[in-house]
Amino acid sequence: MSDDISVKVFRFDPETEKEGKYVEYKIPYVDGMVVLDTVRYVEEKIDPTISIRWNCKAGKCGSCSAEINGKPSLMCKTRVDEVGKNITVAPMAAFPLIKDLVTDVSKNWDIARKIPMFTPKEGLEKPWRINPKDVERSKEFKRCIECFLCMDVCHVVREHFTPYFGPRHIVKAASWDMHPLDGLDRSRMLNEEGGMGYCNITKCCTDVCPEHIRITDNAIIQEKERAIDRQYDPIAMLIKNARKKEKVVK
Amino acid sequence: MNNEVETIEADVLIIGAGGAGMRAAISVNDAGLKPVMVTKSLLGKAHTVMAEGGIACALGNVDPQDNWMVHYGDIIEEGVYISNWKMAEILGKEAPERVLELERYGALFDRTPDGRIMQRAFGAHTYRRLAHIGDRTGLELIKTLEDQVLHRNIPFYDEMYIIDLIKKGNKIIGAYGIKMDTGQTFIFRAKSVVIATGGSGRVYKVTSNSWESTGDGIGMAYRAGVVLRDMEMIQFHPTGMVYPPGVKGLLVTEGVRGEGGILLNSKGERYMLKYSPQKKELDARDVVARANYREIMEGRGTEHGGVYLDITHKGPDFIKHKLPAMYQQFLEFAGVDITKEKMEVAPTVHYMMGGIEVDAETEKTNLDNLFAAGEIASGLHGANRLGGNSLSDILVFGKRAGDSAVTYARSSKLEEIPNEAVQAIKEYVMHFFREDGKNPYELIDRLTTCMSDNVGIMRDEDHLQKGIKIINELKEEFKEVGTKGGLRYNHGLMGCLELGNMLVSCEAIVNCASMRKESRGAHARSDFPKKDPAWKANINTLMDEQGNMKFEVKPAEEMPEEYKAYVKPEVYE
Repeated sequence: MSDDISVKVFRFDPETEKEGKYVEYKIPYVDGMVVLDTVRYVEEKIDPTISIRWNCKAGKCGSCSAEINGKPSLMCKTRVDEVGKNITVAPMAAFPLIKDLVTDVSKNWDIARKIPMFTPKEGLEKPWRINPKDVERSKEFKRCIECFLCMDVCHVVREHFTPYFGPRHIVKAASWDMHPLDGLDRSRMLNEEGGMGYCNITKCCTDVCPEHIRITDNAIIQEKERAIDRQYDPIAMLIKNARKKEKVVK
Repeated sequence: MNNEVETIEADVLIIGAGGAGMRAAISVNDAGLKPVMVTKSLLGKAHTVMAEGGIACALGNVDPQDNWMVHYGDIIEEGVYISNWKMAEILGKEAPERVLELERYGALFDRTPDGRIMQRAFGAHTYRRLAHIGDRTGLELIKTLEDQVLHRNIPFYDEMYIIDLIKKGNKIIGAYGIKMDTGQTFIFRAKSVVIATGGSGRVYKVTSNSWESTGDGIGMAYRAGVVLRDMEMIQFHPTGMVYPPGVKGLLVTEGVRGEGGILLNSKGERYMLKYSPQKKELDARDVVARANYREIMEGRGTEHGGVYLDITHKGPDFIKHKLPAMYQQFLEFAGVDITKEKMEVAPTVHYMMGGIEVDAETEKTNLDNLFAAGEIASGLHGANRLGGNSLSDILVFGKRAGDSAVTYARSSKLEEIPNEAVQAIKEYVMHFFREDGKNPYELIDRLTTCMSDNVGIMRDEDHLQKGIKIINELKEEFKEVGTKGGLRYNHGLMGCLELGNMLVSCEAIVNCASMRKESRGAHARSDFPKKDPAWKANINTLMDEQGNMKFEVKPAEEMPEEYKAYVKPEVYE
């Protein structure tokens, strides 16, 4: 690729404007460029008042989430040579807009507070011992960088007013539920308070996860099955309770 | 500017929400006082998240011979004898407990076959000492602390840019900031303040640091009258990515070498055998970084101006298990499969050993009721930081800073914020709004280029003087920068404010580098290649009565006799 690329960025200041519009910028192409480089070029060379959010520029912090050509993506990890010379960048639609590409993701903290924190089983001998193999399941979920792209793509979160916590938060709960020394079971709470039943496992969240966490298969379906076991299979519940000594959180 | 300023009261104000800030906030909360934490980025996005390799702590799980005294010795020797010995002792003794505490908070470390916390080898650590979570240790640390902060309902204000501290006499009584996402301005009143804003890595062109590491804390502390030290000591990490250009400088964890990776030049020579026959690729960062630099400078570099880092001999299963983030990072950014191909790497600015001078045990600065912890504090790492010691640093000294802030807050009261102080800060912000202002990013570009070109990994007086000249010119031009728009999420304004702070760090770094006429640790000079006993000393930077930067040299503090047994005696050629 050579020459200029065209980047259309959604510009909107809800405090002073009635509606937003896409503004096109011409950016000189540099080998290996990512979409974040293009909007930073706008910020540094064309219009410093453009609002973007970024931090590590390395796919580790999850700040620069946006919808690139309609797909929820991290700007820092989307290479220009993969999406073509005509790029459209819009803010995440599932969250209230602050300005331009920046959205208000703070409701995630409210949800995070509702999910009971890591609670070690009682009477563990110190220092704790954990079989190396038992670390793996929870570890997948702990890769989450909280970019909230899974929340953005989820049609339940995006289009419907439901109590559903959303995929990020099921992943969080699963990371504790599958921690080998955690003493709680959050599945019932996720179902009742967290509206997990609204998820109809379309797997869109898994598709957009930049950390390749198999959100639907490994977190949501697992938690759904646990919840159903708890609800409809009292014998299985008794056996599990006896074996794992887990407290069910309501 | 919005005239309605909101006032927030706290027992302890914590500026910065990386590992150190969050650990301090937890201390304050658990002591029954009210913390308020503010951060420039979103909660959970701080630069701590970038830490990869691990947390250094002498648990002795893998090598039972390890203990705090060996860890202490490693810190002092690799800090080239100008570290604060007391801080090294505290770190050695307290790091294991902080790691076990993190485990109790829910962090899930990699395990040994018998189920204990796994520890890996790292450069210049005598024993395998780094507790880790694959190569995502920082992410686990910050998410674990974030969960604790949220469930404790610790009040926090993220995307809050603090412009300046507010002072009464010699005491810090609050701070003034803009909430970027709303444009609302805030006054914080606090009985004590912990500053944990991280380093200044972004004053260099090629750096592994996040956007936020512009040394804002250094700027505001210096303006308030805080004493800085060791500002010339900038760590270059030996291995940053070199290609593609957009990720130039991005960190390649030392864990690659810890797990057996070797360095090769374009002729295929394993040159570390020549530079460091004993420790080879796992020598201290300054040694390996200079070796890489020399190979590149002498024409044995790769296509994109780096050297090769090769771990392919370990096989795909091992690499994907032990270094999953590195595997992904190279595949996604560079299109390189590190299980089959060599990585191209070159030195990148990584860490600032210098910063705010603190009391070793209380983390108190020279100002009353102001404490500092984490990368912004100085003393522990001396002339060179060992890998893995920054994560133990932020936990150990973050906690201590929080504890001390509590002690001071208990015997202090909230002070009235003087109107003149607020007015002065407001005027400083407002003066950047103008039609004809120079673009701050153009100046930042020249400043970072100047630092990389003139105050880099290998220094000499000619370049340093050139650096001083350019920085002085930029200080003049800074008076003309400006932006348009409003207070809300305005990166033009951020650029202006950050540039003011970056200039403070740069002026200190380049002048201290010029003063220190020897080579010690990370500070290497081609015109003074040897270490000089006369420079077993620290350089302090502070503001004089006229508002100019002044420097004071003081000999490094001697450790007690009995501690000398833990350390190899210093040798001069």
